[in-house]
Amino acid sequence: MAEIRVEKAVKTFGKVVAVDNASLTVHEHEFVVLLGPSGCGKTTLLRAIAGLGMVDSGRIMIGSRDVTYLPPKDRNISMVFQSYAIFPHMRVFDNIAFGLKMKRMPKDDIKRRVQAAAELLHIENFLDRYPSQMSGGQRQRVAVARAIAVHAEVLLMDEPLSNLDALLRLEMRAELKRLLAELKATTVYVTHDQIEALSMGDRIAVMRDGKILQFDSPTTVYDMPADRFVAGFIGTPPMNFLEGQVRRQNGAVSVYIGDYALKPIPEMVEALARYDGQPIVAGIRAENMEALSQPAEDALKVTVLVVEPLGSQNLLTIRIGSDIIKVSTHPDFRAVPDQPIWIRFPSDKIRWIDRDSGKTLIPDLGALMS
Amino acid sequence: MTTRALDPVQRRAIRQRQLRRAGVYALAILIALWILLPIWLIGTMAFSTRDDVYSFPKQIAPIPFTTDTMQFFIDQPGIIDGTRNSILVAMITLAMSTTIAAPAGYAISRYFFVGRDAFRLGILAVRAFPIVILAVPLAVTFIEWGMFDKVYSVALMHTALTLPTTILVVSSVFASVPREFEEAAKVFGCNAYQAFMRVVLPLVMPGIAASAIFTFVMSWNEVFAATLLTIRNRTLPALILYQLNKSSLQFQYAGGFFMLVPSLIFIFFIRRYLFNMWGQITK
Repeated sequence: MAEIRVEKAVKTFGKVVAVDNASLTVHEHEFVVLLGPSGCGKTTLLRAIAGLGMVDSGRIMIGSRDVTYLPPKDRNISMVFQSYAIFPHMRVFDNIAFGLKMKRMPKDDIKRRVQAAAELLHIENFLDRYPSQMSGGQRQRVAVARAIAVHAEVLLMDEPLSNLDALLRLEMRAELKRLLAELKATTVYVTHDQIEALSMGDRIAVMRDGKILQFDSPTTVYDMPADRFVAGFIGTPPMNFLEGQVRRQNGAVSVYIGDYALKPIPEMVEALARYDGQPIVAGIRAENMEALSQPAEDALKVTVLVVEPLGSQNLLTIRIGSDIIKVSTHPDFRAVPDQPIWIRFPSDKIRWIDRDSGKTLIPDLGALMS
Repeated sequence: MTTRALDPVQRRAIRQRQLRRAGVYALAILIALWILLPIWLIGTMAFSTRDDVYSFPKQIAPIPFTTDTMQFFIDQPGIIDGTRNSILVAMITLAMSTTIAAPAGYAISRYFFVGRDAFRLGILAVRAFPIVILAVPLAVTFIEWGMFDKVYSVALMHTALTLPTTILVVSSVFASVPREFEEAAKVFGCNAYQAFMRVVLPLVMPGIAASAIFTFVMSWNEVFAATLLTIRNRTLPALILYQLNKSSLQFQYAGGFFMLVPSLIFIFFIRRYLFNMWGQITK
């Protein structure tokens, strides 16, 4: 009923193309995160769905209705703003009730709905307060309560957690996720925080320069990034890139990092064979490499530059040829700067990326293998 | 203690810091006195007896205290009428200026339109234009159109004079209301008009009221245009200015005090909004 469909949306501000021919479908009850660096057009796209900034061309559908040129109030949407935008001249009760009053709902119903929304967000004891008498975290709860009280088909959230301090954000993240799962509203959530996106979304749309680069589940976006940008944007630390040379010998294909040969998995051989004699980029995540303190077969000898003990892991910075990469190890792994260690690369965890286009070879490998 | 005695560099730094701070304070006190002393003198004289007003050196406090001097001033012919004219002019100016400035200020603070910066500059240019040059042709025109020596013509002139300041103050008041408030109102069911009435207006009301009061004070104090455009229907400042050199010291002090008090009271109440105009954060 309340599926959101954005078709070929374009929005420019002067010469800047904020949203560049973006299409995306959000299924009913789905939680979709728009993720990207600042200026990638994610907020502009959200505002276009909200009706706060009309698109230059394209179409926006909510359910079966074309809302492209409708004002916000006629779209049956609800929104949480980054700055919360709760009204300072109204008490918390009136803030939460605002949307309901505009609908001319009977007073008793309003009271019940406000009470219910406030209880969900644990602010039922603050209904008589003014926003200025509340903390940032509490104001944030008021903003969410106001948004859910109207029971709109579509819930839009514009970086709702970005103004909270780190600890509160962590707490609120889980609470919001639970709450939204209960509400079953179709949700579009904008954030630049990739951890937030990975932890909350059913699907993530990664954006850059107004374009949607990849739109997939968090695990797929993390594990099978569509291109080098997505791979480098998502994950802490981001994916490592190593430049290698493809060589075909006696029918077998290897990728040489210096003198060290990486053996690709069988599914990749055909695609890689086409790069014979050419450079290719290997992408691999820090936690997918195996660090050894002793030499071993098919392990590459490298020199440690920096050791960062992070409690749950030791993060090593390592130089391989001209590339600097990060390797995450067990906290008990002992490494000393300027001393050699040995690294093993599990070949099924390597993603191969075209050096010039930046695109991943066979990005749907996951589906192929399963 | 010993380490301190051994460290002349630190001691010199501390002494220099104290000296600098003392200098700043001295300057601030001097500036404050420069403004406050005449006000205090006027206040003292306005409530002193006739003999004390004429005595020299002046006393520093109104002892013995008397309202005779003020009474003498108010009893002068034309003062009551002048006051009435002044209030009338200021009220009309306030109404017209605010009515025009509110939408203009809203537009400047909210909308990006072609020539916005030029428009803003144009508003200020009106103030830069010397009123002395403007005044004589204006008086001639007013005579030709039969608008000379009328209360409303002074009010018109004052509206033109106060409008730039009022527009700038009002636009800064609107700018202090984040756009998101209006957007949130629209998302939750308001059209543009309802969003303005329900959310923006209540939030800017105190600021608009402050700017209106400021307009009132500017009109109340304005003397040049009022003098030029009136003969019989003088406003209070015009009347006092006209009688200044042929009047007694009592009249002058009491008149000064009479003019001063409303301005001071009004400015006191709206001071935080005037600070806001220059971007100072006040709560």
